[in-house]
Amino acid sequence: MKPRVGFFDFTGCEGCQLTVLNLEDELLELLELVDLAEFREVLTGGGGPLEIAFVEGSIVGPAQEARLRAVRARSRFLVALGACADTAGVNALGASRDSGALVAAVYGPGAILPELGPPRPVAAVVPVDARVPGCPVDGAEFLHVLQALLVGRAPELPHYSVCVECKLAELPCTFDRGRVCLGPVTRAGCHARCLAGGDRCRGCRGLVDNPRSEPYYRILADHGLTEAEVVAEFGLFNLAGRGGR
Amino acid sequence: MKIEVRHLTRIEGHAHLEVDLERGELVACRLEVAEAPRFFEAILVGRPAGEVAPLASRICGVCSHSHTLASLLATEAALGVTVSEQTRGLRRLLAYGELLQSHLLHLYFLALPDYLGAPGLVPPAPGHRELATRALRMKKLANDLLWAVGGRPVHPVTPCVGGFAAVPEPGVLQGLRGRLVAALPDLEATVELFGGFAYPDLPRETELVALGGGGYPFLGDTLVLGDGSPWPAAAYPEALGEYLAPDSTAKLAATPRGAYRVGPQARLRHRFGALSPMAARTAAALGVTPGVANPYRAVLARVVEVVHCTEEALFEIDRLLLAGLAPEPPAEPRRGAGGGRGVGAVEAPRGLLLHAYRYDEAGRLVAADCLIPTAQSLGALRGDLAAAVRAFAHLPEPELTRRLELLLRAYDPCLSCATHRVTRRSP
Repeated sequence: MKPRVGFFDFTGCEGCQLTVLNLEDELLELLELVDLAEFREVLTGGGGPLEIAFVEGSIVGPAQEARLRAVRARSRFLVALGACADTAGVNALGASRDSGALVAAVYGPGAILPELGPPRPVAAVVPVDARVPGCPVDGAEFLHVLQALLVGRAPELPHYSVCVECKLAELPCTFDRGRVCLGPVTRAGCHARCLAGGDRCRGCRGLVDNPRSEPYYRILADHGLTEAEVVAEFGLFNLAGRGGR
Repeated sequence: MKIEVRHLTRIEGHAHLEVDLERGELVACRLEVAEAPRFFEAILVGRPAGEVAPLASRICGVCSHSHTLASLLATEAALGVTVSEQTRGLRRLLAYGELLQSHLLHLYFLALPDYLGAPGLVPPAPGHRELATRALRMKKLANDLLWAVGGRPVHPVTPCVGGFAAVPEPGVLQGLRGRLVAALPDLEATVELFGGFAYPDLPRETELVALGGGGYPFLGDTLVLGDGSPWPAAAYPEALGEYLAPDSTAKLAATPRGAYRVGPQARLRHRFGALSPMAARTAAALGVTPGVANPYRAVLARVVEVVHCTEEALFEIDRLLLAGLAPEPPAEPRRGAGGGRGVGAVEAPRGLLLHAYRYDEAGRLVAADCLIPTAQSLGALRGDLAAAVRAFAHLPEPELTRRLELLLRAYDPCLSCATHRVTRRSP
């Protein structure tokens, strides 16, 4: 019997699920190997035990927590798919603010919304077996993680920084163009795509295991960033402190 | 009789549908949006101009290019940036590419399974493999256009304030042009496929709102309301008012004539005459007219737009290559423009999308308002759902449920995108 795989979305933009569906060349072949048991965005039906559950989005409020726990309970492996699930992603930008004030700012004073709570990464609620970082995820890296789990090997992510991929691609240094870049401390695996497109790295894949922070802070200070601005840079895609745990 | 569908499938985002019928009479029809709010307008505040669009893109993975474009247009309007014709052309290509990938995803993966009687197109049922292969081939072409111009299909990296940080090699566009031409048989097969289905009849006149201006515009600065009256996009708070529904904390948008709908049928209502030659022939073949819009037939309106955007993408590539596509520095803000207010209006795949920003003298965003297509259409969708329940109440429950789900999917709602439902406080 083919291993049953499911996709679940919580609070996010669904761009990581879409990136999986964008694997047009591989999708039909992939579905020869696994049984797509649940994928609400493109499939009616579901339920039952799963070999692998891919979870997209941050977890907000008790109802989402309960739904996630139920998915965990029927899955052998649970994978955080994308930055919102992995590090809380851009949702983290709202985490440090008072949720009542956010509601008032967006919906008007006196508005009451259900299901509120800080957006949290999946690992803050249930154990996570593997992760596919990035905003959005890289399709090839998703396949790599899936393949590793299917053959019973622990999926590995690159241990070096985006800076290395950028240098290998012989791209001009973003700092030389006068812009701050998180490439030196961010985990590689994205092929420095933003840098190749003329943009800068905002750290959507999370920090590399042992970032060389001290020299990096000195570079940032040389570029005139205050401490608050450094914290804000890191906070774009990452929760401060213990990652919401 | 009570109909309840929790976690509706094959739509973007989460919603529950509840219908209460008593002896064939509609008591209540509720569409609950089950998305946790993400407060984008609040988290955009404080960002410098160049950092707003990459964040605004994250509002929606399915229409990240539209959010990027609306955001850039708003920032450029606020800061007084005038972009080059090449930039405008490349941005139109992004709009076409995104509409193609979004419409094709909807048509083949979300809508088609209902008409095939299958739970989904992937994995393909026996006998559907060729359909799935064609769908994936067409979607890949649309995404490859976004890779080439935007740097990535989800959350683009090349568009920036004033232009593009990187432009595609002419040879790459040339290659895409060849593939767009080669896709014509796939388009014909798509028209034939969707033209062959029976769509439930629900004639209901609804206010239809779209982008104004010449041609069949995807980027612009004017709006056109249901009565054909043009409004500057910057005056959207007056044109599109707000009201509170008694059974919902969500504010809904309305014109003076009530709830309205945006999207493919709204664009066709107002710009039908500007369809590309092939799209005009497709519309004639499918019986798609600018007249009364049966919401179920929005599926066919999408087919017409797929043809239109394929053909327009061809024309656009030709124009860009003839003009000598080359890298150019992004346009700078007008000297001394300082802070200011600006509105960006685009046609996202699901309809009119507005971003309105205010910047301070230091070039930091101080207020933002985003008007999301699905949020604008929600009021009309509720009305259509109630009308459908009344029109089809005599049918057996499974068929009634099926028709309500069909109607919901025909709207192609994107609820993850509706970061908030609707607020109407202009910055």
